[in-house]
Amino acid sequence: MPDTTETIVPAAERPWDLSMVGPYLFILPAVTVMLAGLVYPVIQAFYLSLYDWKIGTDFGDAPYVGTRHFIRMLGDENVWESIWVTLRFGFWTISIEMFLGVSLALLLEKPIRGASVFRTIFILPLMVSPVVVGLIWRYLFDARIGWINYYLGQIGIEPRVWLGDASLAFFAIVFTDIWQWTPFIFIIVIAGLQALPSEVLEASKIDGANWWQHILFVKLPMIRSILLIALLMRLIDVFRALEVMYILTGGGPGRATELLSLHIYNRAFDTQQLGYASAISVLLIVIVFLLSFAILKMGNPMSEKADI
Amino acid sequence: MSGVQLVDVTKSFGAVNVIPPLNLSFAEGEFVVIVGPSGCGKSTTLRMIAGLEPVTSGAIQIAGKDVTWARPKERDIAMVFQSYALYPHMDVAGNMSFALRLAGTPKDEVRRRVHAAAEMLELTEYLERRPKDLSGGQRQRVAMGRAIVRDAYCFLFDEPLSNLDAKLRATMRTELAILHRKLDRTMVYVTHDQIEAMTMADRIVIMEKGHVQQVGTPREVYNSPRNLFVAGFIGSPSMNFLDAELRADGPRVTGQGFDLPLPPRLREAVDGHRSRQVIVGLRPEHFAAPRTDGGTEASSLAPVDLGVKVAEYIGSSQFLAADIGGRQISAAIEVGPDSAPLTSGTYLFDTNRIYLFDETTGDAIT
Repeated sequence: MPDTTETIVPAAERPWDLSMVGPYLFILPAVTVMLAGLVYPVIQAFYLSLYDWKIGTDFGDAPYVGTRHFIRMLGDENVWESIWVTLRFGFWTISIEMFLGVSLALLLEKPIRGASVFRTIFILPLMVSPVVVGLIWRYLFDARIGWINYYLGQIGIEPRVWLGDASLAFFAIVFTDIWQWTPFIFIIVIAGLQALPSEVLEASKIDGANWWQHILFVKLPMIRSILLIALLMRLIDVFRALEVMYILTGGGPGRATELLSLHIYNRAFDTQQLGYASAISVLLIVIVFLLSFAILKMGNPMSEKADI
Repeated sequence: MSGVQLVDVTKSFGAVNVIPPLNLSFAEGEFVVIVGPSGCGKSTTLRMIAGLEPVTSGAIQIAGKDVTWARPKERDIAMVFQSYALYPHMDVAGNMSFALRLAGTPKDEVRRRVHAAAEMLELTEYLERRPKDLSGGQRQRVAMGRAIVRDAYCFLFDEPLSNLDAKLRATMRTELAILHRKLDRTMVYVTHDQIEAMTMADRIVIMEKGHVQQVGTPREVYNSPRNLFVAGFIGSPSMNFLDAELRADGPRVTGQGFDLPLPPRLREAVDGHRSRQVIVGLRPEHFAAPRTDGGTEASSLAPVDLGVKVAEYIGSSQFLAADIGGRQISAAIEVGPDSAPLTSGTYLFDTNRIYLFDETTGDAIT
């Protein structure tokens, strides 16, 4: 046999072909949109927060203020108050949404007759545009013409000025948020429950778990990461929520329902402090970024049971 | 009556009847293997015993109690699943002790029993690991440990070894047999693998399309299969079936390319039969090379011409893909590891091992 080792000379580099740049070409449009639609505004917000700019004036005339907005923000009671409102709002909405969403998912998970109809009905609120949700509930909560006061009156309860009283208005935005977002938890959890391996659930029945032990010790722990991700996504949403409260209460009465995002909006367009509003936006971005980072850290919720 | 009994059990899914009236009785402490091809109803039968699948009609008794409508946990059973079905969020100790903890067993007792089971299965060093950090074989052991810790009256196994590689499967088979001897509990084991059935069972139940084809010890089902299905299912490689004519002179069976005298065992059975068409069954392992001096009696070996297409070398034997008179058959010939590849020619068949089946019913003629 002839010695062929000498005749084979490996190429110094892999020869160029289109497949090397193909993947980058394919993601280019998405990256462009991301840069223009998300990254640029964020950078712009940060840039703007360093200037004291008012609507209607030329940006070139706006004085550079450096970190003064940020220092002012740290001592601004109104900012802290709206963060506090946001946290309270988040606590009540998310805990009730989680409880209701998980309960409904557990009830409707079984393939009973009509379950799919209920499932569809339950997720309807999720499909309604937030502005419409705000309008619907503004009319429902209306003190004079609202259905809520009407039906409460039917059973002998005095009409209330729902959106004009600080604690009632807070209740109203919490209630509306629960109405709209419980279905979100519901569909995520039901998807998680239906993906659970049936043999494990059967094993727990043979091991003697009763109904609530079955749920508490087997089902819920197995969808734990899904629950955590749903919770974090809702938490991010709470910081982003704007439209519904803007239409429902506008942050009032007083500042009772002024969430952080609404506070930023009011600063920017009511009091026209664009630079200062941008500084608060940067704070909001940092909060949302940290929460998103937590989600990414948790990784794939399915990885834990991928091969069991 | 102790043990496990199924009395006239049926099961339908909607309009589809998967289990016709089924009657089975397993003695206490017996290792029963239910074997059959996919879709034969063996898993459904096991799941009905476990209480995971309600019966459509009939009754199930475990340890003398009617448990037909009892929940799984009220039946004093433990079950090992094909996918192991471990709780991914619990460590090995947690998995094994779950049933005991639910039952409110005192902590010391739980610890003692988990450790005893872990010791038996060589899992002691893994007690704090999660299932995802274990190998397939270890997970399998944990699943068994979970059953052992229960100390249930009856153990149910649903194809527990199918997810393991061949070598591990063989090891686990032996371990299961040892485990059965140690625990002395009634065990019902479902598999599609006839080797598992043959090696582990005290008795084998062979099912096809919901019907029990035969119940018997491994020896019985191998040596005296009741019909074509059992004959073809038990034994590896499977039995060869050839159309043949049963002839009163001899008596003998003849067909294309073969002419075999019947052994004394069958002579009586066909006594008085006229000439007719039958199916003759020849197990691959009962063929022998021409120069052999093996076989039970030299006189029982009859010559057969085989046209060898492929000879597979597997060590001390060779598997032949061959034909007899144009019909494809397989043969396993023991010729020793040093033999040359076998070629076409005259081989021998041990006529003591001939099986005859009725052409229309498929039942064995005995």
